[in-house]
Amino acid sequence: MTAIIDYGVGNLFSLESSLRAVGEEACVTSDPAVIRSADRIILPGVGAFGDAAAKLADTGLISVIRDCAERGVPLLGICLGMQLLLERGYEYGVHDGLGLIKGEIRPISEVIERGLKIPHIGWNSLSFPENKSPLFKYVNEGEHVYFVHSFSAQGTPSAIAHTDYGGRVVAAVGEGNILGCQFHPEKSGRVGLNILRAFCEMGGAK
Amino acid sequence: MITKRIIPCLDVRDGRVVKGVNFEGLSDVSSPVELGRYYSECGADELVFYDITASHERRALFTDVLREVASTIFIPLTVGGGINSLDDFDRVLKCGADKVSVNSGAIKNPNLIYDAAKRYGDQCVVLSVDAKRVGDSYRVFARGGREDTGLDAIEWIRRGVDMGAGEIVLNSIDTDGVRRGFDIEMLRAVTAVVDVPVIASGGAGSAEDFVRLFCELPDVDAGLAASIFHFGEVKISELKALLAEAGIPVRI
Repeated sequence: MTAIIDYGVGNLFSLESSLRAVGEEACVTSDPAVIRSADRIILPGVGAFGDAAAKLADTGLISVIRDCAERGVPLLGICLGMQLLLERGYEYGVHDGLGLIKGEIRPISEVIERGLKIPHIGWNSLSFPENKSPLFKYVNEGEHVYFVHSFSAQGTPSAIAHTDYGGRVVAAVGEGNILGCQFHPEKSGRVGLNILRAFCEMGGAK
Repeated sequence: MITKRIIPCLDVRDGRVVKGVNFEGLSDVSSPVELGRYYSECGADELVFYDITASHERRALFTDVLREVASTIFIPLTVGGGINSLDDFDRVLKCGADKVSVNSGAIKNPNLIYDAAKRYGDQCVVLSVDAKRVGDSYRVFARGGREDTGLDAIEWIRRGVDMGAGEIVLNSIDTDGVRRGFDIEMLRAVTAVVDVPVIASGGAGSAEDFVRLFCELPDVDAGLAASIFHFGEVKISELKALLAEAGIPVRI
């Protein structure tokens, strides 16, 4: 079972449906007991970094997520959920993230050419390093996924996929069982479902 | 490189897809769920649903359909029609919409754009504008193109972006339903003043119209159409192949 953490932000309906579509039992929850018993955890999120970090803190679930992460439970952050995995975010002020992945969330304008539209909205292609993460085992270089963001991961040694938007933009991060996608796999058609399928094949350790 | 998006638009009334010519003479075409699945499988990059009777009646029918579409199709969904308040945003987002398109509701209450952008993020707020030539200017029309608001379209769009709209759908009433191509001139005037994605709507009659759109206006991010897709006159897969041949980046 995969627990989708509900902390009052984001479109969880599509995410839940997409997991069902790949044959995974999904549970949208803010119950610490359910999260602790999950085989895998997804941290979703849309909106602004600071608001979301505060809401997540309010739920009291941060320590639960940390415990699970330390036990090796696969954790996938999506979009803002990925951003929260890093150390800090610079959206409307400076806010602490979970610090599970090294690096910061800074305006995408700092890494792309001037004059490009922001947010970076739409379908863009993925490129992978030589030792491709198992998260992308069903995805080919150059396949497209759906992005919507104005901030991006920067200064991270843990990038596992990039995309090109007038500059090299981190598309996904990973460090062992801690994974994150800047794009929305639940909105990326067949390619996105294949990424979720690969995630759901990970772990299983309680 | 980011690709140009091809977006079928489904006008929905009482849970069924309809399409008007110049917004008149609506006729039932098909089921939103069936059409949605079909489009998703053949390469549509996004779907737009306009609930054209939402402001008055049978809202539940629409949200039921939306929920069903969102649980079977995993591409972005934009929903519009009868969006007048943050509660309306909430209602459709909970049913699986990713973006919400505001039109008349924002004209009545421009702060809706600001409030929604603040709560859900700019990326969630699409400002949809029905515009028509009146004299030397482009004028904003409300209520499905029936009512001249007196607003200058370029000024209104600029203001909407300033208040937080993350995308603009520009529907030219002058070319809508005529099927002789998008309104390049009007679109050029809009892309010149905004730096958020602009989606062209109104007038597509053939695959070549999309090629012309993206070749002449590289700043346009997406092309939206309804009837040419619904009646199968243009297949999205063939359209994308044609665009790729013309050197336009698309997701195949």
